[in-house]
Amino acid sequence: MPEAGGRAVSAPLTAQGAEPTLDELTVAGRRASSFPGLDVPPIDELPERAQGRPALPELSERDLVAHFTRLAQRNFAVDVGSYPLGSCTMKYNPKVADWAGEHPGFRDLHPSMPPSLTQGALAALLETETILCELTGMARATFQPPAGAAGELTGLLIMRAYHTAKGDARTKVIIPDSAHGTNPASVTLAGYEAVQVPSNDRGMVDLDALEQAVDDQVAGLMLTNPNTLGLFEEEIREIADAVHGVDGLLYYDGANLNAILGVARPGDMGFDIVHSNLHKTFATPHGGGGPGSGPVAVVDRLVEFLPGPLPTRGPDGLGWEDPPSSIGRVHGSHGNFLVVLRALTYMRALGGDGLRSVAERAVLNARYLEARVAEHFEVPFPAPCMHEFVASASALKKATGVRAVDVGKALLDRGFHAPTIYFPLTVDEALMVEPTETESRETIDALADAFAEIAALAAADPEAVQEAPHHTPVSRPDDALAARRPVLTWDMEPEE
Amino acid sequence: MDFTPHTDEDVAAMLATLGMEQPEDLFAHLPDHVRVEGDLDLPAPLSEMELMAHIDALGARNRTGLVCFAGGGVYDHFLPPVVRSLTMRPEFVTSYTPYQSEVSQGMLQVLFEYQSMVASLTGLPVANASLYDGATAGLEAVNLAVAATRRSTIWVSRGLPPATRQVIETFARARDLRVVEHPLAQGRTAWAADGAGGEPAAVVLAQPNYLGFIEDYDAAVALARDMGALAIASVDPMTLGVLRSPGAAGCDIAFAEGQPLGNPMSFGGPVLGLFATSHALMRRIPGRLSGRTVDQAGRTAYTLTLRTREQDIRREKASSNICTNQSLNAVAAAIYLAWLGPAGLLEVGEQSAAKARFLAERLSTIDDVTIPFDTPFVREFPITVPVAPDAVVAAMAERGMLAGIPLSNDYPELQGGLLVAVTERRTRAQLEAYATALEEVIADA
Repeated sequence: MPEAGGRAVSAPLTAQGAEPTLDELTVAGRRASSFPGLDVPPIDELPERAQGRPALPELSERDLVAHFTRLAQRNFAVDVGSYPLGSCTMKYNPKVADWAGEHPGFRDLHPSMPPSLTQGALAALLETETILCELTGMARATFQPPAGAAGELTGLLIMRAYHTAKGDARTKVIIPDSAHGTNPASVTLAGYEAVQVPSNDRGMVDLDALEQAVDDQVAGLMLTNPNTLGLFEEEIREIADAVHGVDGLLYYDGANLNAILGVARPGDMGFDIVHSNLHKTFATPHGGGGPGSGPVAVVDRLVEFLPGPLPTRGPDGLGWEDPPSSIGRVHGSHGNFLVVLRALTYMRALGGDGLRSVAERAVLNARYLEARVAEHFEVPFPAPCMHEFVASASALKKATGVRAVDVGKALLDRGFHAPTIYFPLTVDEALMVEPTETESRETIDALADAFAEIAALAAADPEAVQEAPHHTPVSRPDDALAARRPVLTWDMEPEE
Repeated sequence: MDFTPHTDEDVAAMLATLGMEQPEDLFAHLPDHVRVEGDLDLPAPLSEMELMAHIDALGARNRTGLVCFAGGGVYDHFLPPVVRSLTMRPEFVTSYTPYQSEVSQGMLQVLFEYQSMVASLTGLPVANASLYDGATAGLEAVNLAVAATRRSTIWVSRGLPPATRQVIETFARARDLRVVEHPLAQGRTAWAADGAGGEPAAVVLAQPNYLGFIEDYDAAVALARDMGALAIASVDPMTLGVLRSPGAAGCDIAFAEGQPLGNPMSFGGPVLGLFATSHALMRRIPGRLSGRTVDQAGRTAYTLTLRTREQDIRREKASSNICTNQSLNAVAAAIYLAWLGPAGLLEVGEQSAAKARFLAERLSTIDDVTIPFDTPFVREFPITVPVAPDAVVAAMAERGMLAGIPLSNDYPELQGGLLVAVTERRTRAQLEAYATALEEVIADA
């Protein structure tokens, strides 16, 4: 018998062989769906009647199940193995939260149902809001934004409304050069010009450059703290003072909130607007790219601008209310409500103590892994990392030709997801690693071993790394061909 | 409960390798003034049993099990167990965006199949891998039109769902876009080319419109052509077996609230936005696209493509900021559409329409209940009732039914308006029970 003890969570995908597409599996006349016979008179005619039918697949339920099961087996996921994807907080997603998300007391609620019939849903929103506001140091929050980027745009529209109410919307928003791409895109969509400030040689906002950039046309600053290098912006008070000095607002991008839960609060750092990613920090699953939830919390003086309607406590129970100077709706209903319910389940499971231990263990895992990875890869910024760190394959590339992308692909062969690569843009050949708090010491050690093994292999046989992955369902796809001759549906012929 | 695996020994050993003794040492470099002193005011941890009891108790405060006649984009269609069972495969649920193609072929192929079926449904050649919901998909459509035409006025039908118009307005206020609303006459859009003002970037309608009535596609598309604008249609995907597709009608962009495709009503989220467009606008489409290519060995492979449109590469020059989307809802939609098949789509459309017609005829025999316009509808229609619609909804709920959506706020011109939706799930007995209950409620008022 093997010795008792922990084992690393890592497992390469092994499913080989192409899976046909649904149109290829179609046999005319097969059908999975069935309905009761029509028990009212049929309709005779409709204007705008369809000519012919859309070409949907035709297959049996048995074939359908086999197809999607085989596809699932061709997909890596947190439930399969460790997923140290920097900035994405790919922690374990508790099954009890999925249970809540499928709960019959919530799942079949129609969004138009009046408050008298949905007191439980309103109570769940208010309870989540209370916890989120306590964790971030804010006054109130909206759950309408369905994702982080939607939260950013919502926050920027609140910023615009605040300044407009004072008579001048202003023209610019400052972002650091290490910001996520959604930040500048959201700034433009909110009608502002994105002004970039550089980082200093310690990987933090260059305070002198910021003070130079701040003037009376600056509506605010967007910042992630810890920043995208995984470093805590130690001069946050000076940064806040500089922006508040011209009546600008501080926007906190909550991508990295996991690092500071219960340890530090954006509100205490001087931030005025905070978006959180429930699908990162609060363990709701990413679903292959979504759904997420990007609630926006604000300080007291900005509550009047929040999107409406907001849940409220009234004499007759819970209800909805539009804030007086609301920016308006940013979602068709109440946001990704069932994602919020999953997050609430997670928050209540952990409670205050558990949430703080999330931050402690996320930072512990990252710091421990960083120390081991630093034996083989450069870590360009020496400040202590928080929940993630950024290493560089720059020296490795010079020595062996092996690049960050190759290191990531070689990790796939070893049963780990790749780190985030080539981000932030301020680090050459960046490898951004976020192990999260839910990975065990054995897993972190195995991941460190994998980095070491890849570095050694790069020196001995660089091509073996450059051609990785070798053991996945497919090898590297031809991305250039995909973009040059797009095939986006099974009916689309590639252009010659 | 807690989901970290660390034992006390693990923590101590890991800290020791860092030369530390306490977890707090990890945060020693944070400035004092930002560090939380003591404990935040947060609830105590719960065991799994206590936690489930808490969620059960919250759920019990909602009124569930109502026979649903509410729609407005979110509908109570039959949801076969096979769709949830496959959608909730952990490999789909717990994966990130499929940036690492080699280990994401499953999700990439599902999204490719989803795009293919959305293109087929809408009659347009290109569809993306999902947006947040119908309302925000409408905003993306408008943004695309503004960028493509370099114009800043949007013509929208008053038949466009109110929440979609409101989301567009939220954005338009910040960007100085002008939104011109064209009124309804007899339940259909009365487009006014003269006097509307501004050269429109887009002409936006809903088919069927929010009140359920069938619009004249040709009039809207011809107007858009005359004005040099894009024709944009919001559609109800469950009617696309019986109604002409927006692509066949000549629209440049179609979007939809996609919830009816295999997703529970979910209090309105998470749902998904469908988005499809023409070849000409392919490189302006917002959101992610899964494309088919080959791997190094020449085998079929899928990958996220045309990425230079996206925010992480284009940054401040991107015309959309969307990153996280509604992939898992798109997975559900793909599985549902494959389950449904072409015959099923037709059957759902026919049944919903026939049952809606049956209910409307029954309701119109009730004293003081009217169907305000003699205009053809598909599966949803307004009625006017002689008592406050909110009170009707409350009283009908006591009789086990969600009667519909009151129109008082969004369409005050329809006094006593209530929007009633019907799906294939409703039985003749339920339709008759609705009519009987409504008659009682009005009589009691």
